[in-house]
Amino acid sequence: MNMVKLIIDGKTAEVPENTTLLKAAKTVGIDIPTLCYFELKDMNIENRPGGCRVCVVEVKGRRNLAPACNTMVAEGMEVYTHNIRVLNARRTVLELILSDHPAECLTCAKSGSCELQSMAQQLGVREIPYQGEQSKYRKDTSPAIIRDVDKCIMCRRCEMMCNDVQTVGALSAVNRGFMAVVAPAFEMNLEKSPCTYCGQCVSVCPTGALTEVDHSRNVINALADPTKTVVVQTAPAVRAALGEEFGLAPGTLVTGKMVAALRRLGFDYVFDTDFAADLTIMEEGTELLDRLTRYLKGDKDVKLPILTSCCPGWVNFFEHNFPEMRDIPSTAKSPQQMFGPIAKEYFGKKLGIDRKNMIVVSIMPCLAKKYECQRDEFKVDGDPDVNYSLSTRELAHLIKASNIDFNSLPADDFDNPLGESTGASVIFGTTGGVIEAACRTAYELYTKKKLEKVDFKELRGLENVRHATIDFDGLPINIGIAHGLGNARKLLEDIRDGKSHFHAIEIMACPGGCIGGGGQPYHHGDSEIIKLRASALYREDAGKPIRKSHENPFIQELYREFLGKPCGELSHHLLHTHYFDKSAGVFVEE
Amino acid sequence: MAKQIRIALRNCGVIDPERIEDYIARDGYMALATVLTELTPEAVIEILKKSGLRGRGGGGFPAGLKWEITRKVQADQKYVVCNADEGDPGAFMDRSILEGDPHSVLEAMTINGYCTGASKGLIYIRAEYPLAVERLKTAMAQSREMGLLGENILGTGFNFDIDIRYGAGAFVCGEETALIHSMEGLRGEPTVKPPFPSVEGYLKKPTNVNNVETFANVPVILNKGWEWFASIGTERSKGTKVFALAGKINNVGLVEVPMGTTLREVIFEIGGGIQHGREFKAAQTGGPSGGCLTKKHLDTPIDYDNLIAAGSMMGSGGLIVMDEDDCMVAIAKFYLEFTVEESCGKCSPCRIGNKRLHEILGKITQGNGTMEDIDKLRNLGTVIKDTSLCGLGQSSPNPVLSTLDNFYDEYMEHVKDKKCRSKVCKSLMQYLIIADKCIGCTLCARNCPVNAISGERKQAHFIDQEKCIKCGACMEKCKFNAIIIN
Repeated sequence: MNMVKLIIDGKTAEVPENTTLLKAAKTVGIDIPTLCYFELKDMNIENRPGGCRVCVVEVKGRRNLAPACNTMVAEGMEVYTHNIRVLNARRTVLELILSDHPAECLTCAKSGSCELQSMAQQLGVREIPYQGEQSKYRKDTSPAIIRDVDKCIMCRRCEMMCNDVQTVGALSAVNRGFMAVVAPAFEMNLEKSPCTYCGQCVSVCPTGALTEVDHSRNVINALADPTKTVVVQTAPAVRAALGEEFGLAPGTLVTGKMVAALRRLGFDYVFDTDFAADLTIMEEGTELLDRLTRYLKGDKDVKLPILTSCCPGWVNFFEHNFPEMRDIPSTAKSPQQMFGPIAKEYFGKKLGIDRKNMIVVSIMPCLAKKYECQRDEFKVDGDPDVNYSLSTRELAHLIKASNIDFNSLPADDFDNPLGESTGASVIFGTTGGVIEAACRTAYELYTKKKLEKVDFKELRGLENVRHATIDFDGLPINIGIAHGLGNARKLLEDIRDGKSHFHAIEIMACPGGCIGGGGQPYHHGDSEIIKLRASALYREDAGKPIRKSHENPFIQELYREFLGKPCGELSHHLLHTHYFDKSAGVFVEE
Repeated sequence: MAKQIRIALRNCGVIDPERIEDYIARDGYMALATVLTELTPEAVIEILKKSGLRGRGGGGFPAGLKWEITRKVQADQKYVVCNADEGDPGAFMDRSILEGDPHSVLEAMTINGYCTGASKGLIYIRAEYPLAVERLKTAMAQSREMGLLGENILGTGFNFDIDIRYGAGAFVCGEETALIHSMEGLRGEPTVKPPFPSVEGYLKKPTNVNNVETFANVPVILNKGWEWFASIGTERSKGTKVFALAGKINNVGLVEVPMGTTLREVIFEIGGGIQHGREFKAAQTGGPSGGCLTKKHLDTPIDYDNLIAAGSMMGSGGLIVMDEDDCMVAIAKFYLEFTVEESCGKCSPCRIGNKRLHEILGKITQGNGTMEDIDKLRNLGTVIKDTSLCGLGQSSPNPVLSTLDNFYDEYMEHVKDKKCRSKVCKSLMQYLIIADKCIGCTLCARNCPVNAISGERKQAHFIDQEKCIKCGACMEKCKFNAIIIN
């Protein structure tokens, strides 16, 4: 690698060639402000359209200023990042952006986490000299995501996520000049677009242009209603990230505090989606073994590989893009949607509570879950199995608004029976975790032998697409893992073209899995945060007394008392679903 | 007209553009034959470099150097692109060449293919040029038939073919990276350079992009030699340039003059001077984002560098002449309107900054401008030029900045005295009836579209300034010169 020497603000930097000025400056302690630039290191995600022009610097000998994010170093370059020309230009550009941005900070959902707001603070903007017309667009509310693109600053991060990373193609720049904005094709509603509600656009939006649909008001009302029994379930990835909202270090596990906070909020029962994750393993694992056994016996009709179906963004993705392959994914519902009917039909009935009087709330790292719980097939006579799904961020707001001093809360335990879970279910929250959990159970069910080494390290990591072969006592099981829908697309195309030789594939829509979900605290492009959340989940798993789903005593009791056997008749009725062809629903004019 | 030298336009109006024989009769395809049979690509590039030919699309990048860069990049596929997305209002030299001499462009593109190692050429042309498209298609069919395009050209084993791509008339698609993205089916917006198209262009392959006029020069240079070409023009700008004369000038249309010709020669000798014997005020060069030159620039030799030094640019060669009836503030606003409309919206200074510039100019022409606004214009204009992503934004404030430099007193009059000396800015005008001259014929009142004029028959009339929309209908109708503009 050739090294290049250059001078930045009088300091000599020596960096490999093809390094941007932005990164070169960091090596000598100079932090050039950026707005549209975005990077998730080690995850192959980068956005540098060079559009905002906030990071401009002066390069000696160059006629105009250069965007630091997009200009490569050269030998002997002399760079000035904060002389008067640069400072004036940067400030003017920011003032221009602010002049076309609604001054709604007081009520904006993004206030406090807004990168435009903090940049205005950082640069000390106290007035906006360039007043004029502001661009106005129609506000678009979908089941999970609100687009308030008056606040869009054309950073194109969402577009990069939606097109390059997720290959969903719901969002792209439309219109020209002052009216240019990122929107679905023909500026139609997101709901009519092929959007999967993965929420990755929301997780990278620097402003309040893209936010989640907030259901916390509905939850507050339900909690205040004495006729309702309100049950809450919390997804595994939430406990590894919620603490960040309260100033705790990324990767801090706050399971106990979270349970205590939920109890203080007034939930009647604080349960764990992890319980339903164990249930998912029982159903999905059984389905895998059934397909595998039939396949090995030479049944030509059997579809392999089996694909996981826990992720609603992923389900939306294949319904839109690969509807002809919708018989390949497992029919098992996601843990959120397994929890719903178990809470209402099993737990509720046991307590003599009519399902209409039970409200099930889920706390999810995810925005697609909001859409998932509204799907018609997950309702009984119009009553949804899961009434409301809140994001990790919404829960944090709810806790803050309820005067709960989160950090001082003593740890509390989940309620039983739907609060007991195993280590296998905890790792559902990270890429590779579902398939690892499935392997722990499927191995024992298939081989009838005890699995001694439960850690399948070969399934862990953050590489985009991973392959591993797991030895089922002489039978090699080929596993594929993809996180991010663009990676999922590659795997699906291989299956469609007959190039794939996997037995089972795990897919999660979000980069990193649920820990990097669209409903998680904003990571602002710091991929270390995502890694720390993953290691927190593996830590929780390692500390659990039971680490295999089928050993969960309450799961065993559930089958004994209620369901009978995995993939049995009642299971099929309550815990399995079917998928739809949504390709035709796309691009339909209102 | 004697000062003209026609190189790029040598065949326009002389040959039948639909007959390849006519082109061949005037040395057409001779350069290609020589190149393919006698010269190495390096030798051709060397000739071009020595000739000093610079890009005629506006940037003025040395053509030979561009060809050399494209040649040196290793790739399995390269492309030659002809930029025929002529977008400057009033400029039509590219169209004239394509309509009048399409083979010259095809020949030059083929030579470029030979030099750079490209086997495929693409012409990106505005769909609004149907005749040019038709003539290109005819020309391409003829040259294929004669073995001058396609497989095994002139039996030399060299393969090169050309296709047409249509643009939808977005100004920014004349910027080469935006043009390439448009051809790729992507949104027509520029990307940061480097990588330059010569290294990474169409479909990520090395792509040599040249403008129509640049290509049209190439065969002549090869036929007549670089020494001949380099003997025309100035030190750093060789050859000729086609200008589209327009505005308040007697002879409008295309002229081709050696680089270094002065503005005075172009306007007064070739252009026949200002219409109606009025006084020359300014000339705007370089299309909508060029600057305005004044009397003091009349004797400056026109070339790439002098124009930039004067706060304008060569652009594609638009030259709009203004006389004393033109308000320079309104002119700046007019051009800004165009760039606001044509900005792609990708980078913030161009997207928002030009809009704000336009708004401030609107405020000034309406008589609401302040001294602070003048400062804002200058700061904004400077920052937009300094920070915009592509050539459009980097030049769009030129009309504002150059008029601020050269016609500062006019801005002052608008801001301080609330006056427009050219009587263009309607908000700053008042139509008044001189009572002594008015005989009360009522003609003005009857013709006023908004009933702003009142008065009894045979009595002096009166214009209600609140209602008046300053259309001028009353003044036009008055037979007694009783209506004046204040």
